[in-house]
Parts: sequence; structure tokens; C-alpha cells
Amino acid sequence: MMLDLNTIWFLLVGVLIVGYAILDGFDLGAGVISLFLRDPREKRLCMKAIAPVWDGNEVWLLTAGGALFAAFPPVYAAVFSGFYIAFVLLLVALIFRAVSLEFYGKVDSVRWHYAWGWAFGLGSLVAAILFGVAFGNILRGLPIDSKGEFTGTFLGLLNPYALSVGVLGLAMFIMHGGAYLALKTDGELRERMHSWAMGGWAALAVLYIPVTFFTLTTSPFLFEKLSRNMLFYLALIPLLVSIPCVPAALTGRRYGRAFVASAATIASMIAMAGISLYPMLVPSRLYPSFSLTIYNASSTPLTLKVMFIIAAVGVPVMLVYTAYVYRVFRGIVRHSDEGY
Amino acid sequence: MHLDPVLLSRIQFAMTVGFHFIFPPLSIGLAYFLVLVEWRAWRRNDPVYERMGRFFAKFLALTFAMGVATGITMEFQFGTNWAQYARFVGDIFGAPLAAEAVLSFFLESTFLGLYLFGRGRVSKGAHWFSILMVAVGATLSAFWILVANSWQQTPAGYVFNSETGRAELTSFAAAVFNRSMPIRFLHTMDAAVICGAFLVAGISAYLLLKDKTNEVARRALRIAVVAGFIASVLELFPFGHEHARQIAHQQPAKLAAFEGLFETGPNAPLTLIGIPTETGLIGAVRAPSLLSLLVGMRPDYVVKGLNDFPPDERPPVFLPFMGFHAMVGLGSLFIALTAYGLFQLWRGRLWEDKLYLWGLIMAIPLPVIACQAGWIVAEVGRQPWIVYGLLKTADAVSPRLTGGEVLFSIILFGAVYALLFALYLYLCVTTARRGPETAAGKEAA
Repeated sequence: MMLDLNTIWFLLVGVLIVGYAILDGFDLGAGVISLFLRDPREKRLCMKAIAPVWDGNEVWLLTAGGALFAAFPPVYAAVFSGFYIAFVLLLVALIFRAVSLEFYGKVDSVRWHYAWGWAFGLGSLVAAILFGVAFGNILRGLPIDSKGEFTGTFLGLLNPYALSVGVLGLAMFIMHGGAYLALKTDGELRERMHSWAMGGWAALAVLYIPVTFFTLTTSPFLFEKLSRNMLFYLALIPLLVSIPCVPAALTGRRYGRAFVASAATIASMIAMAGISLYPMLVPSRLYPSFSLTIYNASSTPLTLKVMFIIAAVGVPVMLVYTAYVYRVFRGIVRHSDEGY
Repeated sequence: MHLDPVLLSRIQFAMTVGFHFIFPPLSIGLAYFLVLVEWRAWRRNDPVYERMGRFFAKFLALTFAMGVATGITMEFQFGTNWAQYARFVGDIFGAPLAAEAVLSFFLESTFLGLYLFGRGRVSKGAHWFSILMVAVGATLSAFWILVANSWQQTPAGYVFNSETGRAELTSFAAAVFNRSMPIRFLHTMDAAVICGAFLVAGISAYLLLKDKTNEVARRALRIAVVAGFIASVLELFPFGHEHARQIAHQQPAKLAAFEGLFETGPNAPLTLIGIPTETGLIGAVRAPSLLSLLVGMRPDYVVKGLNDFPPDERPPVFLPFMGFHAMVGLGSLFIALTAYGLFQLWRGRLWEDKLYLWGLIMAIPLPVIACQAGWIVAEVGRQPWIVYGLLKTADAVSPRLTGGEVLFSIILFGAVYALLFALYLYLCVTTARRGPETAAGKEAA
């Protein structure tokens, strides 16, 4: 087993991305679903369902960014400067998502609620799609030159493959957000959230196979060593188990289980992608050896070690209080739940 | 027209950080205020403090949300616009940013949710603990970001590796506890307390002008004036003074720019007012030998002037000089304002002094302006370096970034931030207008 510091940091960045996708994933999914709700009271309920926790969830993204900067600076530099316009749009979307949650309840006016309801939904939608598109571009490989510099354009990022991954990601977030909202609501609204979760799952299941074939033709290098990799099968099993569990749990009205199954689906899908990339972080489309890997693009062993100690101390503590806060806010959210 | 990506990226960074930096000092100051208020509400079981907590928590929520929304940009901008910087110093600079996220962002964000939405769901003790964790998290956050910033000012604990072409960490402790970090941290934290105190004082003053019997406002103003006075005095001495001395030793070119000192020499004067140009001062009023005395504690102490540095290593003078003098002037004003408030409090006339209460309302933005000035002088005074003595700003930008792209993002961020700022002010004003709940449990009209 070659669990060196570089590999550990590959895993840690992966864990942070999975954590973000699961936790803020349901926030984004709830935001996307809220776009399609007519009744402003129901939109408001979507916001209330995530209000106490979304902020902590978003920190997973910041931490993933910080970890990438600390552990793999050339990757942080190449990807974020390369995705410049896309990133600016993502930031604006996340800014609107953040302030809409805070501003919405502050003024009692129909137009005000209308405007911030849209800001919340559109901010979530744009972010949800951009994450998938960004992920698709990484899997496709970026035009990275010999200096580790991104040489593409913004429009080049909007290629059919990346867009197809964007749609897949959107279906995943809708499934996940629907499962979360089904868990947090009751009555007739819960029925509709149930349908959203089921619809998101169906779209994901149907799209997954053609998108996988698309990956095979776009990035054959991802599959080269896969059949000989034990870890690949280890991730394949939870994926194959968790995918059918989502509709099974939904049908049985076990919404807690449906949410867990949905989270497991997300985690194993990202894990599959990570395993096929390893040890690359960003494959180069120009020439394989220009790819940024966990070895040619890492910080020094000392930095990786220091950061590992910080993570080993900080992350378990964080998980404990995060779990505590989720416990405090468990249960169904009501219209009457007051803000502050 | 040629659009320079370096200049535009600097403008964008200044704009986005400057806008972000309005909010964290206010949040930190308010968080500590609420730690005290909620403690009293809990331990004394006093409904006045409970209403005070509920009321000021709304301002914390608004301010914090703005800080979070505008802070996301910060975490990624080193990559988007300053990719060469990220590559060159990522081995050292990335660590405090990651530590900030792991050790403090999670703490403050998670417990803020519990504090704001958990009232009544958790015990009063747990509720108080949640605001304490918000304050602790915000403090740790300030600590780590100031570690990162201080390292740019006084880099330590690294070696330049010519093979990899980057700065590499040799000692994490030395990098964290670099020469300017401790005093910069104290100076900035104390500034946050002043920001919070003036915000609470101004809002309370507004409520007292409407109703001088408002018990929530009376007690809040008392806390704010006392805390504001202590913090303002400490900010000038020792924190401000020691910070300037530290700069004189570690970044003499910066201090020379602050003071508009063009010639090296003993008996360096302290410039009280003046307008700097790139070659000298216009209309300067100077206190003879005072700068030498302040820096070296004797009049014949030699203070370095700008002439001691090659022209391509001199910072611009205008912004650091004006910003520094604005900051010191405002700091002195804060001492005077809060001292007068203490005097009126002692005479028992604080609640009736309408002119003073109006003054406090007008003074709400002043500590924030002083913070902005302080940040501008710290950053512009470091120029032309992005890491002092190690990497120049012009060499740090993302190599393939075009001026057009940066212009696009400046316009977009500028428009979004202008909108957010207007809404933030509007919501703060309406929240203040509604006032705290009255004793009967209804909001005052």
C-alpha cells in the first residue's frame, strides 16, 4: 500500500469535495426545486429547511479550495485562473444564494419575496450546473501546457461532454435536495418532494450509462488501469448498491434512508471519478506528461505533514459539533418556525 | 486601449477585499458584545439583556451574511488572478488559509446557525456557548488570515529553492509567528472591538433619541462607551505605537511613506499634517525630532527616509501617508468621543445629551473607515512587493489572464457589491427603526 502524504492529501481533498457535494448538495437541490414551487410559502419553507445549516455546509467548499491551495498550489493556480469567467459566475451565484437566505424574511413585501425567491433559486441552479461542468472538464482533461498553465478559453469549457456531466450533476442535486426536503416536510408538500427526488433519481439513472460511454470515448485514459484496480471494484459495489436503494427507500416512505442512499450514491460516484484520475489531479489534453499529478504539483513534504496534523486535529472536532447542530435541528420544518 | 491585467487585478483585489473587510471587524466586535449580553441574560435571568441579545443578533446575522457572501471570493482570488503568486508561495501561504477554513470557518458558521435559530431549542447555557464559539471562531479566523497577511509583510520560516523556483516552508512555527504577526493581530482585533462598540453605541443613541427611557438602549450604550473607550486608548498605545515601531524596524520604506520622510537622518520630525507628492510635502506641519523619539526613544535616532531605497523599491507615498494620518486622526477622535461619553455617563446625563447622541450615530462608519485606511496603508505601503523583499506584485499575476476578463469581473463584482451594500444599509436602518421588543413582548412602532 502506498499511502504516502501525497496520496493522503489526494484522499483528503476528495473527502472535502464529497462532503461539500453531499451537504451543500442538498442546499443547492432545494434551491433548484424551489424555482418550480408556485406558492411563496412553500418556497419559504425550502429556505427555512436549510437556513440553520447551509452556511456551515458552504464552508466545505472553502475548505476544499484552501486545502487545494495548501497541498497542490499549481493545481489551484491552473484551475482557478483557467476557469476565470466560470469562477466569477459561480461566485456571483453563491453570493446571491447566500444573501437571499438572509434578506428574504427581512421585508414584508410580495415583490421583495419574489425577487429574493428567484435569487435563491437561480443562484442555486447556476452553481449546481457549474459544479458539474467544472467536474466534467477535469475528467475530460484541460489544455495544460508544459508550464502547468491552462491554455484554453471559457467557451472551450462549455464542450458537449462537460455540459453532459453538468446535466448529470444537476439531476443528482435534485434527487438529493428532493430527498432532504421530503425528510423535512410533511403532508401534500412531502408528496411532491418525494416526486422530485424520484424524478431526479430517474434522470440520474437514465443518464448515467450514456454519460459513462461518453466518458469512455472522451477520456479513454481514465479507464486504462481501472480493470486491474481493486479499489475500483470497492467503489463500484457501494454505487451499485446505493443507486437502487434510493427509489426503494422512497417507495417505502423511509425518507431518512432515502437521503442516506442518495448521499452514498453521490459519494461513490465521486469516488469512482477520483480512483480513475489517481494519481492525476488535472489530466492534460495536450500531452499526458504535462498532467498535474499529486507528485509533480504538490507542496513540500513538510507542508503536507503540517497540514495533515491540522486536519487530523480539526476535522474530527468539526464533525462532532456539526453532527450536534444537525441533531438540534432534526425533524420537520414548519411555517411557524421563527427566524431570529 | 491596452488593459493591464496587473493593474486591473490590483484594483479588483482592492475592491473585493476592501468591501469584504467592512464586515468582519463589525461581526467580531458585535460577537464579543453579544457574548457579554447573552451571558448576563443567562446568568442574571434578566429580560432586558435577553431583548438586547435578540435585537443585536439581527445586526450580527446581517453583517455576518455579508461577510460570508463576500468572503467566498477571497478564498479563490489568489488562484484566479494571482496564479504566479499561488505557485510561488503556495507551499507556505496556502497553509494558513486552509487552517482558517478547518479551524475557524466551520466553527463560526456552524455555531452561528445554532445561535440564531437555536434560541428555545437548546438550553440557555448551550445557547450562550454557541455565541461564544462564534466569537472564538471569528477570532481564530482573523488570526489565520492575519498570519497569512503578516507573512507577506515579514516573510519567515522559508527558503527559496532555485530548482523548483518557489519559496518552500522550513519552519511552520517561524512562518506563523513571523515578526509582524503578533502586533498586527492585536492591533486588528482591538480595531474590531472599536467597530463593534461604535455600531452598538450609534444604534443605541438612535433608540435613545426616540425614547430616552429605553432600557435596552441605555444599558447597551453604557457597555459600548466603556468598551469603546478602553479599546480606543489601547489602540493608540500600546498597539498602534508598537505596530509602527515594528514597521520602522522591519519595513522601513513603508514607515517612511507613512510619515512622508524623504531624507534619512537623526532628529526625524513627526509630520502632523501635509499633502505629499512623490518628491516632498506641501504645507507640512512637523513636530521636530518626535519621530526619532517615538521609534528609537532618543532624538538623535536615525530614521531611514525614502532616499535610502532604490527608486524601484519605494512604495508610493500619497496613499500610505494620507491613509496613515486619517487612521491616526480618527483613532484620536475615538478616544475623545468615548471619553466625553464616559464623562456624561458619570454625570448621569448621557441619555439626554442629544447633540452627543447624534454625534454617535454619525460616528458609526468612522471606525470602519479607519480599518479601511489601516488596511490600505499596510498593503500599499508594502508595494512594489507582494511578498516583501521576495516577490514583486507585477510578477505575481496569472500569466494568461487578459485585461478584458478582469474588467468583466470588476464590473460584475462592482455592480453586485453596490447593490448588496445599498440593501445592507437599508436593512440595518429598518432593523434599527423597528427597535428591540418592548417589555410587553411586542416590537416598538
